[in-house]
Amino acid sequence: MGQTITVTVNGTAHTADVEPRTLLVHFLREQLTLTGTHIGCDTSTCGCCTVHLDGEPVLSCSVLAVQADGCAVRTVEGLSEGGELHPIQQAFHENHGLQCGFCTPGMMMTALGVIEQNPQASDDEIREALEGNLCRCTGYQNIVAAVRSAADQMARS
Amino acid sequence: MIPSTLEYTKASSIDEAIAAVQAGARPLAGGQSLMPMMRLRLAAPGAVVDLGGIAELVGVCEDGDEIAVGAMTTHRAVAADPLIGEHCRVVAQAASGVGSLVIRGRGTIGGSLAHADPHGDLPAAILAVGGAVIARGPGGERRIEIGDLITSYLTTSLADDEIITQVRLPKGNGRSAYAKFHRRAIDWSIVGVGVAIGADGVRAAATGVADRPVRLAGFEAAINGGASAEEAARAAGEGIDPTADLDGSTEYKRHLAGVLAAQAHQAAQG
Amino acid sequence: MATMETKAAGGIGDAVLRKEDRKFVTGEGRYVDDLRLPGMLHAVFVRSPFGHAKINGIDTSKAEALPGVHRVLTHATLPAETGVLSASNPPGSDVRQPEQPLLARDEVRYVGEPVAIVIADDRYIAKDGADLVLVDYDPLPVVCDAEAALADGAPLVHSEYPDNAAATISHETDGFAEAMQGAARTVELRVVNQRVTPMPMETRGCIGDWQQATGEVTLYTSTQVAHFVRTFVSIVCGTSEAKVRVVTPDVGGGFGAKLNTYREEFAVCSASRAVGVPIKWIEDRSENAVATIHGRDQVQYYTAGVDESGKVVALKFDAIQNNGAYHQLLTPSISHLTVFMVPGCYDIQNISIRMRQAFTNTTPTDAYRGAGRPEATHGIERLMDAIADDLGMDAAEVRRVNFIKPEQFPYSSSTGLVYDSGEYDATLDEALRLSDYAGFEARRAASEANGKYRGIGLSTYVEVCGLAPSAVTAAIGIGAPGWEHSTVRLHPTGKATVITGTSPHGQGHATSWSQIVQTELGIPFDDVEVIHGDTAFQPYGLGTYGSRSLAVGGVALYRSLGKVREKAREIAANLLECSVEDLEWTGTSWQVKGSPDRAKTIQELAGAAWAASSMPEGVEPVLEATTFHDPPNFTFPFGTHVCEVEIDPATGRIEIVNYTAVDDCGNVINPLIVDGQVHGGIIQGLGQALYEETVYGEDGQMLTPTLVEYLVPSAADVPEMTLARTTTPSPSNPMGVKGIGEAGTIAASSAIVNAAVDALSGLGVRHLEMPMQPARVWGAIQEAKA
Repeated sequence: MGQTITVTVNGTAHTADVEPRTLLVHFLREQLTLTGTHIGCDTSTCGCCTVHLDGEPVLSCSVLAVQADGCAVRTVEGLSEGGELHPIQQAFHENHGLQCGFCTPGMMMTALGVIEQNPQASDDEIREALEGNLCRCTGYQNIVAAVRSAADQMARS
Repeated sequence: MIPSTLEYTKASSIDEAIAAVQAGARPLAGGQSLMPMMRLRLAAPGAVVDLGGIAELVGVCEDGDEIAVGAMTTHRAVAADPLIGEHCRVVAQAASGVGSLVIRGRGTIGGSLAHADPHGDLPAAILAVGGAVIARGPGGERRIEIGDLITSYLTTSLADDEIITQVRLPKGNGRSAYAKFHRRAIDWSIVGVGVAIGADGVRAAATGVADRPVRLAGFEAAINGGASAEEAARAAGEGIDPTADLDGSTEYKRHLAGVLAAQAHQAAQG
Repeated sequence: MATMETKAAGGIGDAVLRKEDRKFVTGEGRYVDDLRLPGMLHAVFVRSPFGHAKINGIDTSKAEALPGVHRVLTHATLPAETGVLSASNPPGSDVRQPEQPLLARDEVRYVGEPVAIVIADDRYIAKDGADLVLVDYDPLPVVCDAEAALADGAPLVHSEYPDNAAATISHETDGFAEAMQGAARTVELRVVNQRVTPMPMETRGCIGDWQQATGEVTLYTSTQVAHFVRTFVSIVCGTSEAKVRVVTPDVGGGFGAKLNTYREEFAVCSASRAVGVPIKWIEDRSENAVATIHGRDQVQYYTAGVDESGKVVALKFDAIQNNGAYHQLLTPSISHLTVFMVPGCYDIQNISIRMRQAFTNTTPTDAYRGAGRPEATHGIERLMDAIADDLGMDAAEVRRVNFIKPEQFPYSSSTGLVYDSGEYDATLDEALRLSDYAGFEARRAASEANGKYRGIGLSTYVEVCGLAPSAVTAAIGIGAPGWEHSTVRLHPTGKATVITGTSPHGQGHATSWSQIVQTELGIPFDDVEVIHGDTAFQPYGLGTYGSRSLAVGGVALYRSLGKVREKAREIAANLLECSVEDLEWTGTSWQVKGSPDRAKTIQELAGAAWAASSMPEGVEPVLEATTFHDPPNFTFPFGTHVCEVEIDPATGRIEIVNYTAVDDCGNVINPLIVDGQVHGGIIQGLGQALYEETVYGEDGQMLTPTLVEYLVPSAADVPEMTLARTTTPSPSNPMGVKGIGEAGTIAASSAIVNAAVDALSGLGVRHLEMPMQPARVWGAIQEAKA
């Protein structure tokens, strides 16, 4: 039943045996114990499970782990380097862009995709681009501010 | 949140994919429609064949009077493609509004059509320009006009062992636009209307008003007969009988079809 | 407040960045689904697909035969002493408490009611097993609407209650009838506060770990009330409370959904006892939609007796609350909170109230952000607009006429509360200024020229929070007190640990509590650790709900800090060889008055107290203090929200073009956190006003079971907000604080609806129900035009 896959996650190659129906998010959370990626819905509506697959943001609930065979995955655990927060992490902190923290990893991973595709995004464009990530705590105002601030910071560096 | 047990293969060629489909596997394109259904166990294929490794299914090129779009081309790529933007703007616009940024990066044009959701935007946009798909099965290829492809709620005229390999978009639909109305930005369209102003007149097609995308005959007849957009909008509800649900009454959806047709018609002229 | 010579960043009032953030932005948060115990198995519940049905039998054999499935437990095989308990018995209400077994026995009464539990090696197999459990049901008639449930001949939710009545709360002031009779005119309004679902982004989940040898059980659960869960686990599972430990890991939002004790929490403990290993259950989102409490669902009938000046001289309020099929922890008390706040911020002394509560074939309702007060505020604020409309008055003016005046505080309301402090005109004035209320007509004209309808709406709210004085909770039949605990522990190095009974799930208590410590004790913000959420090492705490954490738990902390400071003073006097009266507190040390060179810092005193080598006579070693603070009164935050909308008549879509909130929550510890609470609160109120509704079909099926149908708004669907504050300290506590967690939600919905009704008032539209989805608004426009 199982299939052997090799997935490079945050720079480390992992070879594992998985059932074909295993969702990528469950592979990351249960088999690799990378629990920073969360599950918030079952309908692809909330964006909590967003990770980067070969550089592109994807919903890790909508990808089978076997589909990630040979691919590179980046999760929230792979954002900071050498103890330094990534600009997107720093911006969420500085702008009080999180409260309970549950949506935050997915929100940041999508936000990075937004910044990559449109570094000059206006507030309205940021809001539009975050349409697939739900947050129930913040009312989004500080999230938008955080993404704008991270975009500025990343453009400067 | 947990799919039923399944077998998985990844095809590296169309023939391989068809062989797998013949053996009972369900094609898995971008997975943005099928995967949620599998998680909720509304779909439980015993096997899937992943089309993601077939290079020839991806990309956009000119082919005579048509644009050939590989079935596995993502919504994001369709939305950004200059050929489609020039010749079939309505399709690019519809693609740019599917799901969210993350979903558009993975969901595919062929997958959307095969899924046949009655609120899907792409089927209506492609119907507006009179597009078609190329389906391939063990017996070879055939062309299916878009109006003949989707037959009912989540149902197509594809044979069990056929897959969509290409979407064919006729050139000459540069003057076209898509207008949609939904509640949240992420939501499916309550109603969406694609309008194309072609050499033989205006074509309008709507999603969300029937169990499949349909032409808005009332609107087309009125506008092609010289009526103003406002007058034509009032005729848009003729012959359609959308189902009332939490999003609105039949009357409201008929009305929306007219409003959106007029909006799209206006935008198509620009 | 202690005297401070300088105000260091990190103290009370500073916009300090949160110390909680780092673990969350790096993915190191630990929510319950992130925990794994050795030998742990996984549970999936089999749930009723019917709104009401008789269970003829359950066949578990196919599921049990599936490799990897360990056990399938049903009511017959899952041990429990009792069913789920409610802690809510409003006196004089004839409240009925139906039995709610952990797993349905012979009847299911709502879609999603748990029937069996499948225990397997992993979640995948458990789900496969659940699909193989065959339950033989005979469907029974259903009733989901509360008014229909109370009508003659309605299907019975519980056959032993022949009228579906759950409870009735009544209250009338002397002289009400005369006052109503003497009123110059009456204004009537029916308002529906629709059912909604809390939807924290983290669903519920728990792990039960029953130690067979010792009988000790540890429950890891995503909750707002760990100690309360412990008490109830001990009762339901029949064990000593001393053997039960409840651990709350990081909690991904609550909003009242986790202010409860649920069947699944007891069931995983009991199942762990039966199977012998730890058992984890994590709720799916579509499961959360049916298995976790809902909020609101109240229909209100207002009759206001009004004089010619717009003053309400008498108010009749007759309402029906949908309680759902069973009573959860506080279900019958939630609409009691509505009853308390019926008059809002208005001086209405003649009042008559009846709140009928009904059983229906739906998921139980209970506390959802605001819990009873949003219903009261929404209704009275709609009513104020209706009165203004009736009299041809300005909406702001009719409010001013009715406001409780500053000199009336403390104000005894006609519903039995004593409002602590308020200056309602001040927030109204500021909100009108910030929103350019005066310039609105010009903006309306400009919109009309563009074919759009524009409206402006006010919500002048007051709410009751800081739950609660224990004598009051007892008097209103809530079987739980309202005090809170704090312990402050200074370590030999001068660092501090705070143990709090509050249970944050996004509110940033670690940050705010550290700020209080810095200001009150002079220990730097970064030297303070705040711990919470484990009943094994903290004294009883009541948790986080009802905007109580700061006003009760924060004040408990403040009082413990005072105790530590005073004890330190005695030690300092001993060390400095002076009397305690000779010492003054500098903010960081005790010094001999006027002699900065003769001083002991709090850190030095912490070390000395630990070393204990030169302690004053009769003083115990170590700087540590504990307080159980029972507040003398609730607190009453208030404010004015102004919403401006534009409506597209072609589609009925409402666009919020301006939203201004001026709130007064007394003194503020961290403005960043307060603003964040207001932002989030407003958007939840907006969600109810524009998007969200939990809908049942006639057959009892839920029509909004996933986030595709239940419309939690995204960033793309909500506006920017402008916030401001006034500050009216509460006299009920030494910090002068109130509460802000729920205010935004309480205020927002009526401001938005009032704006939309105002926009369409020219057409003759007088009222709109929520959610104001485009189809409904478009329909109202067509009807008005017809």
